[in-house]
Amino acid sequence: MAVLNEEQEMLRDMARDWAVNESPVTEFRKVRASGEPEAFNRDAYATMAQMGWAGVIIPEEHGGSDFGFLSAGLVVEELGKTLTASPLVMNTVAASAIVLGGSDEQKARWLPRLASGEAIATLAVDEGPSHDPAKIETSVSDGKLSGTKAFVHEAHGADLFVVAAKDGLYLVEKGDGVALTTRKLTDQRSHADVTFDGAAAEKLANGGDSLLDDVLDRARVLTAAEMLGMAQQVFDDTLDYLKQRVQFNQVLASFQALQHRMADLFADLAQMRSAVEAGLQAVDAGFGVARAATIAKTEANRVMHTMANEGIQLHGGIGMTDEYDVGFYLKRARVLEQSFGSSSWLKDRFSKLSGY
Amino acid sequence: MATQIEPATQTDEDAFRAEVQQFLADNFPAELKGQSNALAGVDGPTNETPAQTKWREAVGARGWGTPTWPKEYGGGGLTKAQAKIIDQEFAKAGAYNPIGGMGVMMFGPTLLEYGNEAQKQEHIPPICRGEIRWCQGYSEPNAGSDLANLQTFAEDKGDHYLVNGQKTWTSGGQWADKCFAIVRTDKSDKHKGISFMLIDMDTPGVEVRPITMISGTSPFCETFFTDVKVPKENLVGEEGQGWTIGKRLLQHERTNISGGGSLARLMGQSLGDIAKKYQPTGADGELADAVLRDKIADFEIRWNSFLLTARRAMEESKAAGGVSEISSVLKKLGTKLSQERSELLIEIRGLQGLGWEGDGFSDGELGAVRAWLFGKATTIYGGSTEIQNNIIAKRVLGMLDHQ
Repeated sequence: MAVLNEEQEMLRDMARDWAVNESPVTEFRKVRASGEPEAFNRDAYATMAQMGWAGVIIPEEHGGSDFGFLSAGLVVEELGKTLTASPLVMNTVAASAIVLGGSDEQKARWLPRLASGEAIATLAVDEGPSHDPAKIETSVSDGKLSGTKAFVHEAHGADLFVVAAKDGLYLVEKGDGVALTTRKLTDQRSHADVTFDGAAAEKLANGGDSLLDDVLDRARVLTAAEMLGMAQQVFDDTLDYLKQRVQFNQVLASFQALQHRMADLFADLAQMRSAVEAGLQAVDAGFGVARAATIAKTEANRVMHTMANEGIQLHGGIGMTDEYDVGFYLKRARVLEQSFGSSSWLKDRFSKLSGY
Repeated sequence: MATQIEPATQTDEDAFRAEVQQFLADNFPAELKGQSNALAGVDGPTNETPAQTKWREAVGARGWGTPTWPKEYGGGGLTKAQAKIIDQEFAKAGAYNPIGGMGVMMFGPTLLEYGNEAQKQEHIPPICRGEIRWCQGYSEPNAGSDLANLQTFAEDKGDHYLVNGQKTWTSGGQWADKCFAIVRTDKSDKHKGISFMLIDMDTPGVEVRPITMISGTSPFCETFFTDVKVPKENLVGEEGQGWTIGKRLLQHERTNISGGGSLARLMGQSLGDIAKKYQPTGADGELADAVLRDKIADFEIRWNSFLLTARRAMEESKAAGGVSEISSVLKKLGTKLSQERSELLIEIRGLQGLGWEGDGFSDGELGAVRAWLFGKATTIYGGSTEIQNNIIAKRVLGMLDHQ
């Protein structure tokens, strides 16, 4: 854990208490059982926004607290531990696009509503099943945006889309010319293909040529923070289980074959936490963001992948049951792993950033 | 170690910095600029040039090679902040710390904690002056990972012990003046029968045989003890306390092996940059071999995380005023990664990266081969990776054998 200031510790403790007491995994089970495509609890999200979590990276003049990405990551990590289903990550990423690229008027119009939870925004970039921001066909003419975005996270709950077109990022409100096709993925959260057919669009004209990359790097570090919480929880649950489960008249934790696997996972988790926290801190410092965010998401992918698999294996047969939570983490893990950069895509980017 | 008062003001620090700069100007021989300390390592004999001797004596007289050790035993008696200033100014001037080796890294801190006054007075000042080289008498042919199984026996003969047995993997034993050893004084109790004692290497009955390693070098020795007389005053702590003292010393050893700082210097150059000199590249300067390129990126990303983890462990330990629990993973991660890097370097260079000797290979290429081979030892010594895993599982994760 990075060394935190007092405000950050309070924020983290508040998020931890709320997640454990008000939003345990049983709450995700309820969301899943409801079958609603938007897949989150509106009342819970309203409470989260009241606690200020939707505005952590939004400037104070626009109704946020401007605590920064490390702080936002602390909240997201705690919510990741209990698989809290909400549009918080995507809303934060979309808000960051407006903070970086919006005009004064766009900021004044949207940021206070996104901070208060009155409106929800998400980001729509990819047009195929694999992350590839170099391959964008969506285009705009005369203020009308057309194109299809694939597997948009939290599309159902969103009032506003931050959409990547060939020549930059645009704001598109849900309404005329915007059609959703639900794509139910294994994590049973909100995903949809979104078709924009001449939808009214407003460009985010500031932020320069790197705006899309900058926003995607924010998506990468926050997604990595959610994965960090998930990986930590799978590790903790698995360790607890190994200390309780008795076979051959001994607890499983006493077997060296399992001890060494847990030691490996513990070391991996340490690496993941270091990389993710450094990614969040780099965004706040505004220095070396592309590289740090790439390292953060690659390490998150690697460790979360292994952790979820080992979590199942070390739980044994009951890990395969719907009654146990560990399987939920596996399913969500893979969706996040493929979002905003698979490991092979990220390593290609790292090579380019490093000049080889 | 004696508590020191932190420098009260920036002015104090500035004054001290000026003092260090003046000392360097007066004492550091220009011809040594950029050199490293041949005495600090375990793999070089003691053949100092006059300039090296002058520099060692100058630093040793001030105690600045062991800046935070107490002044009454020849240390610098300085604060950590002042020690850092010495580090910074030496680095700026291209000057190395001529005081090093196992005496500084492991034995000195342990003796300051457990030794009696006479022992500290006798042994610490020569370490601070870089005059005495110490070696470690720990492992035996049948006591490696199971170190407490050691059999070298010290028989009580009234005013002295009579030591018989064999140690192995004695780093730098052929060049050492003295040996700190753990030996058995009681055969009835595995752990409580161990004592920590100091043995002069020139005592009759001590025989050292260097072991040639796969890297072609002989940094380790076998050390035989045949009726070696060790005076009673060379016992550190109580009889039977050797396991406790010996383990404390190992903590100092592991801190040194895993230290991200020295590894970072060792592994400073990007593998991608090296690869571009050996491998074909495309139009944008990217490596043409996409699989190799992916492997390099994969490694470099994990290596970056390791450096971040080493830094985090340090920051957390500092903030918490104790050792961070993630410190326990640094040795196993750092050693594994440096081995991986050596292997990848061979893949990048092909057979040019496996040269043993000859003009057809650069010093860098030849050095990398020896480092690759010697590097295999890092996951074995200082507590093997398997032992590290036991420690993490039991002490950090609470996975006990009986629950």
